[in-house]
Amino acid sequence: MLLADARALCPDLVTAPADPAGDLAALEKLALWAQRWGPWSAMDPPDGVLVDVTGAAHLLGGEAALLEDVVAACAARSLAVRAALAPTAGAAWALAHYGPPAAILAPGDDPLRLLGDLPVAALRLDDDVLTVLRRLGIKRLGQLAGVTGAGGDDPQAEAAARDALHRRFRNRRSPAANPLLRLDQLLGRVPEPLLPVTLRPMPMVQRRLMEPLRHRDLLDRVVGDLALDMVRALEARGEGARRLELALWRVDGEVLLRRIELAAATREAEHMLRLFARRLDDVEAGFGIEMVQLRASWSEPLGLSQADLDAAAESHGTALAACIDRLSVRLGAQAVTRPVLRASHVPERAQGWQPPLEPVPAMQGALRAHARPLKLLDRAEPIAVLYASPDGVPQRFRWRGTVREVVRVEGPERIAPEWWRERSTARLRDYYRIEDEGGRRYWIYRQGIAGDGRGGVPDWFLQGLFA
Amino acid sequence: MSFKPSPAQILPARLSEARWRPGLAAQPFHSEIFAPAIEASGAGLALALARDALAAAGEGEDARPVLWVQDRKAIRLGGRPFLHGLPPAWRHRLIHVAAATPEDALFALEEGLKCRDLACVIGEIAGNPRALDFTASRRLSLTAEKHGVRLWLVRLDAAPDLSSARMRWQARAAPSPRPRWNPSAPGSATWHAELFRARGHVPGEWMLNDDHSALRLCPDPAAQPASPPHPRHLVRPTVGRSLAARARA
Repeated sequence: MLLADARALCPDLVTAPADPAGDLAALEKLALWAQRWGPWSAMDPPDGVLVDVTGAAHLLGGEAALLEDVVAACAARSLAVRAALAPTAGAAWALAHYGPPAAILAPGDDPLRLLGDLPVAALRLDDDVLTVLRRLGIKRLGQLAGVTGAGGDDPQAEAAARDALHRRFRNRRSPAANPLLRLDQLLGRVPEPLLPVTLRPMPMVQRRLMEPLRHRDLLDRVVGDLALDMVRALEARGEGARRLELALWRVDGEVLLRRIELAAATREAEHMLRLFARRLDDVEAGFGIEMVQLRASWSEPLGLSQADLDAAAESHGTALAACIDRLSVRLGAQAVTRPVLRASHVPERAQGWQPPLEPVPAMQGALRAHARPLKLLDRAEPIAVLYASPDGVPQRFRWRGTVREVVRVEGPERIAPEWWRERSTARLRDYYRIEDEGGRRYWIYRQGIAGDGRGGVPDWFLQGLFA
Repeated sequence: MSFKPSPAQILPARLSEARWRPGLAAQPFHSEIFAPAIEASGAGLALALARDALAAAGEGEDARPVLWVQDRKAIRLGGRPFLHGLPPAWRHRLIHVAAATPEDALFALEEGLKCRDLACVIGEIAGNPRALDFTASRRLSLTAEKHGVRLWLVRLDAAPDLSSARMRWQARAAPSPRPRWNPSAPGSATWHAELFRARGHVPGEWMLNDDHSALRLCPDPAAQPASPPHPRHLVRPTVGRSLAARARA
């Protein structure tokens, strides 16, 4: 019948638009409120709430008292309610919908004896299944149980009786379409998982202040702290705030409420603070504000987003570790090193290379009396001495194709080979610091001395460049 | 999005002193030093200028690391830095990057200039590689000025081609002053440095001397006394009679 027809028949008709989503939300709130009687509850749309009161009835003085309390509490909120209590959710549902008011099925009772008179609709079945059952002549739970043989003494007879119904509904997997399954759930033979509703408290942060605030800048600072706390609270939940409520408790008990709504879920303290700053202009502090509370009464999921590393690096520069990471990723780890002292007096072994951020091993300091070149060649390069003074110091030599005149010399500094590391035939080195006619300063050495029995005429090498 | 003002904008538009001298506070962020590869004068002058600039900027005591980037050819020609020969305050601060190619070296230089934890960056690139063109040097200049990290780029055996470096030096080794106690030995590091392009300074030539304490100008070596005056009371010429004879007298 159309609404217009109904109004034509009955002009006094009161109508209200249907609001299924609102009904569902109200039912969810009701289910949460119903957790006062048991630790968890589940919605049973469209109009039921299931509460698990296992082990909780004695808190209200027994099961009968609990049901009375349910009825009284709902009546106080002008809710018409039919309450029932049973060992299984199915039995409780059947009793609540089709049983006597405030029915209680004790665990010791035989469910089929008490529920046998209820119609098969008490099994929470679909309409077409109910039609099928009605056509089969099964109208009461007791009849269905009689057909299936449930409650009988002979398991074989029961199985044979079930088999007929089982084949009739063999391709009905949903519990609401399979009366056998529903019957087993009602009798507690098959578990029935329920989806409980859980309460998510809204993110709320607050500050109790030791001294009442009377000035705006202090209030701004407190609100800034609260915004940071709120950002952390929201971040932990992976949500962003859509509506924020700021409550200010005054010393005289007055509560000032400021509310902002945001266009998109946000988690930026700066943004929140800027929005609140405009709303706090007209706050009358009176004798002072002693507590400030910020809550996000509406929040939406907001994924954690990666901070923009590149943008931060653009404006502030990268950290040393990040810089070294970038370098060693592109150039290879062995390309980025730092020089460290090694326990050796042979120049090329006195310096080692290690990764730059590793701790430097403790080492005795270098000898300061010795002048060392700024740069050391990877391999000492042989030089051809063209003319040497009588004491053996080269006066003219050729290196990399050019002949150089030695103008000034200091040396020799004798560096003996490391006999514990090298072969016994390793020759000692006599190092000279020289400067040529152009002012270029080099570090050259003669490997061995004539007549040391470890080779022929000693060779000359150039190993380092002085600055 | 707000950027902090570039350090180049903070600097006065005109550097106050027309003639360069060591110890100027307003040093540019990108300098180039051309030096022959057969001597360490380029690296030595770069180190000396870097220490001078950091000391003048009041960052002499900071312990931030220094990045030293070399490409493979520069390592082959001039060797690697030697820890015992570095200035003592810098020995524990050096981070060395051995890049295989000039491109990698330029990448390492730019990454180093972006790092706020580095005191300065010193680069050594041999020759005139194709990668180091005007665009690359402009990139380095802009990065250095944006992040406020100074760069001294040593060009070994290179021709002074186009570059956007704010100061360009030509350096070569020069005869050192004679040490006080051993006049026949090589002295402290001395370079002949020619500033042939600079923003805010007139070009010029200097003899620069660095003895691990400070960079200073040394006067014309010809006019310099061969050695500092010796304390007169320790040595005196024994003309005529000997000391013993005088004592006896």
